[in-house]
Order: sequence, then C-alpha cells, then structure tokens
Amino acid sequence: MHSALFLQYFFSGLVYGSIYAAVAIGFNIVYNATGIINFAQGEFAMLGGMLASTLALRLPLWAAVAAAVAVAAAAGALSERLFLRGAAKRGVFGMIVTTIGLSILIREAALLAWGPSVRTLPFFSGSEISSLSILGAHFSPQVLWVLGATALLVGGLTAFYKLTMMGKAMRGCAADRAGASLCGINPDAMVTIAFALAAGIGALGGAVVAPLTQTHYGIGAELSIKGFTVAAFGGLGDSMAAVVAGLLLGMLESFSILVVPEAYKDVVTICVLLGLLFIKPSGLFGSRTRLALKEY
Amino acid sequence: MSLLEVQGLSRSFGGLKAVDGVGFAAQAEKITAVIGPNGAGKSTLFNLISGSIAPDSGQVAFDGAEITGRQPHEIARLGVSRTFQGIKLAKGMTALENVMIGRHTRSRAGFLSAMLALPWSRSEERSIREEAMRAIELLGIAQYASRPAGSLPFGIQRSVELARALASEPRLLLLDEPASGLNVRETRVLSELILRIRGMGISVLVVEHDMSLVMGISDEVVVLNFGRKIAQGRPKEIQADPEVISIYLGEDDA
Amino acid sequence: MRLQRLLPAAILAACAFALPPLFAAMGVAFLLTQLTMSAYYALASLGLCALMGYAGQISLGQAGFFAIGGYASAFLCTRDLGAAAAPSGLVRLLDSSGLLVRWTDPYGKALLTLAPALSGLCAVLLAVLVAALLGTPVLRLKGHYLAMATLGFGIVIEKVARGTKALGGADGISAVPGLAILPGLSVTGGRAARSANFTIAWIVLALGILVLTNLVRSRPGRALRALRDGEEAAAAMGVDTARYKLKVFVIAAAFAAIAGVLLTHYNGSIGPGEAASTRSVRYVAIVAVGGMDNLVGTLVSGLVLNFLSLRGVFGSFDDAVFGAILILVMLMSPEGKAARAFRSLLPKRKVAGR
Repeated sequence: MHSALFLQYFFSGLVYGSIYAAVAIGFNIVYNATGIINFAQGEFAMLGGMLASTLALRLPLWAAVAAAVAVAAAAGALSERLFLRGAAKRGVFGMIVTTIGLSILIREAALLAWGPSVRTLPFFSGSEISSLSILGAHFSPQVLWVLGATALLVGGLTAFYKLTMMGKAMRGCAADRAGASLCGINPDAMVTIAFALAAGIGALGGAVVAPLTQTHYGIGAELSIKGFTVAAFGGLGDSMAAVVAGLLLGMLESFSILVVPEAYKDVVTICVLLGLLFIKPSGLFGSRTRLALKEY
Repeated sequence: MSLLEVQGLSRSFGGLKAVDGVGFAAQAEKITAVIGPNGAGKSTLFNLISGSIAPDSGQVAFDGAEITGRQPHEIARLGVSRTFQGIKLAKGMTALENVMIGRHTRSRAGFLSAMLALPWSRSEERSIREEAMRAIELLGIAQYASRPAGSLPFGIQRSVELARALASEPRLLLLDEPASGLNVRETRVLSELILRIRGMGISVLVVEHDMSLVMGISDEVVVLNFGRKIAQGRPKEIQADPEVISIYLGEDDA
Repeated sequence: MRLQRLLPAAILAACAFALPPLFAAMGVAFLLTQLTMSAYYALASLGLCALMGYAGQISLGQAGFFAIGGYASAFLCTRDLGAAAAPSGLVRLLDSSGLLVRWTDPYGKALLTLAPALSGLCAVLLAVLVAALLGTPVLRLKGHYLAMATLGFGIVIEKVARGTKALGGADGISAVPGLAILPGLSVTGGRAARSANFTIAWIVLALGILVLTNLVRSRPGRALRALRDGEEAAAAMGVDTARYKLKVFVIAAAFAAIAGVLLTHYNGSIGPGEAASTRSVRYVAIVAVGGMDNLVGTLVSGLVLNFLSLRGVFGSFDDAVFGAILILVMLMSPEGKAARAFRSLLPKRKVAGR
C-alpha cells in the first residue's frame, strides 16, 4: 500500500484511538474509586466537544476548551451526587440502569440544546488546510495536539496519583474505604472528585479531537461502548494499558476499512469487545493480580 | 466399598495450600464429621467434594463413580445434597418454594411442558409440593411455609435449608457448620435430627466446630489442620489423641 | 389458583374481541392501530421480563432480536426469486411445494417470493439460532460485562441493518406484504383489517402471557428464580444453571422476534431504528417499571407506555422519558425488588470459585 495512504490511516487511528483512550481512562477512574462502570462516560466526551464548539464563538479557543472541561467536570460531579450516590446500594443492576438512564438524559439534553446538527471546533493551530508532512503523508497539526494532550493526560494523571495528596487520598479510598476514612479522608468527597475528574478527562479528549472528527449530540453511546472496550482490553482499572489499548483499537478500526465496508467499521470494534469478553475478560494485558493493584 | 472416597485432594489459592493431600472415606449410613481449627481447610474440602471448586489434584469418588471436577448440579443429581455455612436461600421465595427447589433432581418437567401446562407436569408439580411439605413437616416448620424465606428467623432459615436438602432424597448429605449460630437447645434438637436422618438411611458428612454435637453423634471423625488430615477415628479415639488435643489446646469450642 | 393464572390472558382475550366494536361505537376506532402496535412491543417486553426479572440476566439487546425477526421476515418475503432468467432448482422446488407466492408490489412490479408465513417462521428460527449461539458465551458473563455484551450485540445488529444495502440501508425495507395466518385472516395494515389485526395482536399477547405465567409457576420457573437469587445454591440443588439461562435467553429472543415479525407485517415496513439501543433501553425500562419479576406489571406498563409514546404524548422527548423512568424507578425502589433480584450479581469477594 502506498505509504502515504498507510500513514493517513495510521494518523486517523491515532486520533480516534486517543479519544477512546480518554473515555477509557474515565471509566477506569470511576471504576477504581467506586467499582461502578459508568455507562454515561461517553456522553462527557460528547459534552466536551459540544460545549467547546459553542463557547469558542465567544471565548478564545483555549478558554473555551478549558471552560468546556470545567463544565463537564461539574456535570460529572453533579450527576454523581444526584443519581449515583444511592444507586451503589441497589446492586449492579441498579447501577447499570441508572447510568444508562443518565446517559440518555444527557444525550437528550444535548439534543435539546444543540439540535441534531454536526458541530466542529476551530483547529488549535492553523486551519483545516494547514498540514505537516511526514514521509509524503500529510496530516493536520491537530493530530499533534491530540497526541500531546494524551501524553499530557497520562503524565498528569500519573503525577497526580503518585505525588499529590489528593491523588494519594483517592488511591487510598479505592483500596480501602474504611481505612481511608479513619485517616481523615472523606470517601464520599473522593468519589465525587473521581467522577468530576473522569468527566473532565473525557471532555478534554472530546474537545481536542473535535476539529478533526466533528461532533454531534449522538456520539456518546458509541464512545461509551468503545471506551469500555478499550478499558476492558487493557484490563479494567489500568489506565496505562488503556492508552495502549485505545491506540491499538483506533488502528484496528481505521485499517479495517481495507477488509470491511466502511459502514461496518464500528462492528469491528464491537466484535473485538465481544471476542474479548468471551476469551479473556481480564483484558489483553490484565491479570487478576494486576487488577487487584488498581492503580488508576 | 465406601460411599464417599477422597484421595490426595489438594487445592491452593495464590500461594496458600488450603487443602493438602487429604484422603479419607465416609461409610454409608454413617455420620462422618470433619473438624479442625479455623483455617484448617474444612470448608474448602467441602466445596471440593460438592463441586463448587475444582481441585488441583486428587480424586473424589461417590458410590464408586469418580466425581472429581464435575459440575455441582451433576453431583447433586447423583444423590449428594448440601447445606451452606452462610445460609443460601432464595430470599424472595417462600420457605415452601425454597424447599420445592430441593425436589428439582427428583422431577422432570422442562420448559416446554411447563409453558404448555401439560397435565403430567401439572400433577408432578402437585407432588413436588407435597413432598416438599413433607420435608418441612419433618423439620417442624410447617407454620413458616408460606413466609418469604428472607423474613424468617435465623434458626428457621437453617431448618428451611436443611428441609431443602432432605427434599432431594439424597444418599449423602453434606452439612456445612449446621450448628453455627444456634443456641444450646437448638443444637440439641439438631443433633437429634441428624440422628434421625441417619436412621432414614442417609449418610451424613458434617463440618462442624461445635464439639458437643460432633462427639455426641458422629460415627467417625476426621481431623484437619493446616489443610492436612492429622487424625481419623471414632470420637473416643480422637478425644484421646494427643496431637488433636494439642491443636485444640486452649480452645473451648463446646 | 387456576383462575389467577388464567386471568390476565382471559382479560386480554376478552378485550381482543370486545374493544374493536366498542371503540367503533365510541368513534375512536383509530386508537386500535396504536393499541395493536403496543401489544407487539409489550410482547417483546414480556420475553425480556422472563429473562431479566425471573432469571436475573440483564439484556440490553432485546431490540436486536426484534429487528432480526422483522428484517429477516421482511427480506425473505420481498426478495424476488423470479428475477433470474432461469429459476434455480431450489426455487422450482419451493414453488412446486406451494411455498412461494406470486404477487405485485405497490410499485407494480411482479414478484415471486417466499410466502410471508414461511418467511416469518424462518425469521423466528433465525433469531432463535442466533440467541442459542450468542447466549452460550455471553451468559457466562455477569453484571456489567453481560450488559455491555448484549448492548454490543444490539449495536452490531443496528449497524448491519443500517449499513447493508440489501436490507434497505437507513430506509429499511418497505412494501412488506401481509402475513396470512388463516385463509382470509392476515397480519397486515390498512383500515379494513384494523379490527381483525387488533384482535390478532391481543390474542397473541394473551397467549404470550399465558405461556410465560405457566413457566414461572412451574419447576423450571422456580429453578430460574432460584438461580437468580443464589446461583451456587441452585446448582447445588441440581439446577443446570448454564442451560437454564440459555433456554430463557432463547425464549426471550423468540418473543422479541415473533413481535418483530408480526409488527413488521402489520406496519408493512421496518427500519434500523427498531434495532437501536434506545429501543432496548425502553424494553428494560418497561420491565423495571413493571416490577422486574412481575409479568402482569410488565404487560401493563408495556401497553400503557408504548401507547402513550405512539400517541405522541411524550413528544420529542420520547427517549428521554424512558431514560428518566429508569432512573426514577431505581431511585425509588429502596432495596426493592430490583435490588433483591440482582443481589446475586454483586461482585463477590470470594477467594475462588467456579
């Protein structure tokens, strides 16, 4: 195959893989803190792109993105306090159903606010036509922004969890709730923070890829399931693996166009999920002990 | 030939060997007790025999047929029933319905015949109910039959679980700490009941902490410690065994 | 006892015959159409009730089986087999066996296709086959993983329906002929057949709830509830939990497929929207509102909520309403049936197990 074409697919895979990774990281953060899998996670990524697209009309781009992330984080915290606080006591089914209901509400609210049209964000640097070039393939500088944001995310989270008091407090809560509260940590607050963090990260991912992928109100459900696929692929709870898995999955999806008609592209991802769940639910890189360590 | 034969059974969790090369035989129409301090591997042994867990090595044979590693429902169908240490009843169903589950292996109605309400399946359902009531009456809890199992007092729940196991007309009954949580009087009633069960021709394998129960009714006692069998014999022999005494030294379990 | 078992079905059957003339007299005969459609959606919900409420297995893929039923039937009975210049041996065999029909579609094209009754039957069999194949690995999963897997299945079906040209793409399949049940009686749209079709739908629904009521009040039904409330104990009592879960999964799929087939022939069309995950969520919401392990509750909420939705009462907030219902039901049932029913799904902190 022409190397330029190959690289097009490659970069496309990186971009989509990054947003899947961002959603997956969100899944992991919430899962580690609460054991809940928040079906609404993909909606926050959608919100990031949508909010940023609206705010960008009034604010400088960087402020729009920052504000979008903040609002999404607040939405995450709010949804936790309103709906999910009690849901944990209702067993796994209650949590599944509540988070699904939540995702629907967010999606319908987005439809109400923004309508069904596709929206986009201005490119962070340059415009739609600016491009960099490697080995004869042209790609948008936005791709570098995406990769940079992903790297920053991973680095930032690692630093947060390992070096800051709050990060350590969250890890403590995840490992042993009762013990953490005995040390003066408020587990409920940690949970709210975890939700806010997860939502914010998803939103950041959504905003950063929006110039390239466009966004609309309905992408949340697909992002949720793909993000979960990635999180499971890497071993639920392990975000470093999630990034790798996300990029891999993005590649897989991107190159699948070569063998499968474009309309079935998403089917590939889901079949990967199904295959994974059947064969090795602890994920490609996961193992029981690794899961028990539950970093972030 | 013994009813139940266990040979070289081992199972580890992580690095810990919960059951280490345990072997013994339980005779038909006898009460065999498995005792040992906490963590000795008694419950794991039970789970290995009943099929809840698969062993790393060793064999279990029931009535001459090998049942090692078989699924729990298959083992149940061969005539082995059990109770659980923490009571496992379907809390949403009534006591009677729970006991009726015990008749599952003694009945045949499947999905199709049930959905079409075929006459034979309807009359089988009636006889399931009758047999279940019989087991309930045997345990003297008839007045609780239509109450939701989750709402019953603990001791009654234990009886329901036992009735459920008996309803299956087992050849071997596995009792997992049946006396836990019972007071002295209730334990005595339980002892008499287990003796009656033996009198019905049912063999019993019981894991228990309560020494008065064990020594009072058992025909044979197996002692485990740290996953290994350290002694086996009649109750009087076990009580006199110096090694057994030493592992229980200072612990009064009566 | 016997009366209690037969009552819901009897009431439905009575309504099946009594309502059409009653509505006609009251001048609201037009409501029959939406009540007919509601009945089919309620049928699919009943199947899900057996699976989720009684067996305790969550499925977010019920709409997928509904769509398999509808699409397969629509495809088989609109696919022109007479297009080729020389019909193949198989076609000639089917033709001589009387399994094919010649008809003219609304666009004036002459077609030779599989008889709708046969295509409907094949569609249901296909759905059952898919359920049997999918269920075996999927039902080994629990909780979130099961939910995700079934959701994934539903999305695959929707994507395939939407993306396949032979299935009409985003427009779906239309001009689906009526499905003849008896000479002179067929499942089809149009005012002339409106009353008869209402009766058919509600009789089918009555049979559906009768059959499921029989199931839950029987030995296998009890086994299902036992495995929901305590899988380990159920297995210890001789219940082959894997096989039972699979059987009820297949039954739920069959109910959805039958509903899909009949609704498709009634409407004369089907589109990819029927397979959407939001539809699956609706079925779940209906079962939850109905009280989880409550067939009559599911029946009533299925009829009522679908009717309201079809009448447009929820406006454009249709999906949002069902989402909100889900949340409300969960929030308002403290340690209620839902929580109790799914306690067995809670992650167990066992050291090991099978």
